[in-house]
Amino acid sequence: MAVKVSLKVNGKSVVAEVEERTLLVTVIREHLRLTGTHVGCDTAQCGACTVSMNGRAVKSCSMLAMQAEGTEVMTIEGVAHADGTLHPMQAAFKEHHGLQCGFCTPGMVINAIDFAKHHPDPSEQEIREALEGNLCRCTGYHNIVKAIGAGARAMAASK
Amino acid sequence: MHAFKYHRPSSVKAAAALAKGEAKLLAGGQTLVQTMKLRLASPSDIIDLGALQDLAGIQSDGKTVTIGAMTRHADVAHSAEVKKTIPALAALAGMIGDRQVRAMGTIGGSLANNDPAADYPAAVLGMGATVITNKRKLSPDEFFKGMFTTALAADEIITAVSFPAPKRAAYIKFKNPASRFAIVGVFVADFGSSVRVAVTGAGPVVFRQAEMEKALAAKFAPESVANIKVKQDGLNSDLHASAEYRAHLVTVMAKRAVEAALK
Ligand SMILES: Cc1cc2nc3c(=O)[nH]c(=O)nc-3n(C[C@H](O)[C@H](O)[C@H](O)COP(=O)(O)OP(=O)(O)OC[C@H]3O[C@@H](n4cnc5c(N)ncnc54)[C@H](O)[C@@H]3O)c2cc1C
Ligand code: FES
Ligand code: FES
Repeated sequence: MAVKVSLKVNGKSVVAEVEERTLLVTVIREHLRLTGTHVGCDTAQCGACTVSMNGRAVKSCSMLAMQAEGTEVMTIEGVAHADGTLHPMQAAFKEHHGLQCGFCTPGMVINAIDFAKHHPDPSEQEIREALEGNLCRCTGYHNIVKAIGAGARAMAASK
Repeated sequence: MHAFKYHRPSSVKAAAALAKGEAKLLAGGQTLVQTMKLRLASPSDIIDLGALQDLAGIQSDGKTVTIGAMTRHADVAHSAEVKKTIPALAALAGMIGDRQVRAMGTIGGSLANNDPAADYPAAVLGMGATVITNKRKLSPDEFFKGMFTTALAADEIITAVSFPAPKRAAYIKFKNPASRFAIVGVFVADFGSSVRVAVTGAGPVVFRQAEMEKALAAKFAPESVANIKVKQDGLNSDLHASAEYRAHLVTVMAKRAVEAALK
């Protein structure tokens, strides 16, 4: 059996015909071919699959596509400006070497943007707590924490 | 994940009518979706409560805080009403899992699941909250039955939970560093005339610690519980912690919770 799921992804309306058991991440990666959203653990631990749903960071491997019915989803592909200018959070990750292999980065950036909206000037402790659901195998987190602090302040300044 | 039929009812009544046999309700999906992916659950039908807007929301009259079953952990953690009336409850919700889990997970799903290491059961038992369903109202003693077991019937849906506001309260947990679930969590609530102490993570199901309640009712101070030795009989023992260690942690967490409640 198939169901129809209708949502907005990066500002565009999308209707996908999927099996009931299809995960949101599968729609994003396989139906829409937006492969910037990664699958690391597939068990709700690592946060590589994090996307923004109605402005909130969620793990797209841990929900059915149908749970996103009628919502607005933003993936890493929708973060930069149309002309390619990086979002302040992306620019901060670049500036502060907040990535090495880059596998965790899309999830980190999406979660960081949501976090920064509520924490315009976060402390290191707040940033580390906000990263509980995002694992990185490369960086040791230090530069990610620096990048998110700088990105949050840049976002607040550009408002 | 095995195939199933998907339903998105627009009323609690319609949801309850669909909830029979091998069907399962879906709230935030933060437990159920992974359980289905691992094929530990293979429901015939999924009844998504996501369209039931009336089940989400927080009401407070200053004496009681009532939280709709579909209210996300993040909304409880950030609610100005909850922070004002029962700050310990907002703090507890903010300690569950991680930001992404809190954006989806719901209080109804957490209570229905009744994981022995979950946080909300400690608040419900610790404050003597009322679990409201489409059929009846349940006290915590009636609701929590055992490990992953509750009094809920197959077609019974939690609609809200109503918490009486204590004079002061606090929740402290010793968390598993990987999952953030409680290895031991203690909720202490002082209602003036009585004190409740609820322990999660330590046993197969959340329980009250009568000896501590009595000592705290006589004098609400950390030293009242500091020397109470908890018996390890019947406590959980697993790769995370032995029963002996958990028993020790109950006293330490209780003492810290009283300290936090007094702040
Ligand atoms: C990485 C991770 C870390 C976590 N850490 C913690 C933690 O530290 N502390 C903690 O307490 N929890 C933790 N959780 C669990 C989390 O809080 C879940 O959200 C919660 O246990 C289930 O809520 P849900 O809304 O996602 O329910 P679902 O997964 O949708 O459902 C769970 C069960 O409840 C039933 N159900 C749902 N809603 C209702 C209802 N209204 N009436 C009757 N039955 C219903 C469903 O049929 C299902 O059996 C964690 C989860 C993850 C993935
Ligand atoms: S892939 Fe979703 S949390 Fe790891
Ligand atoms: S940069 Fe490699 S996993 Fe984070």
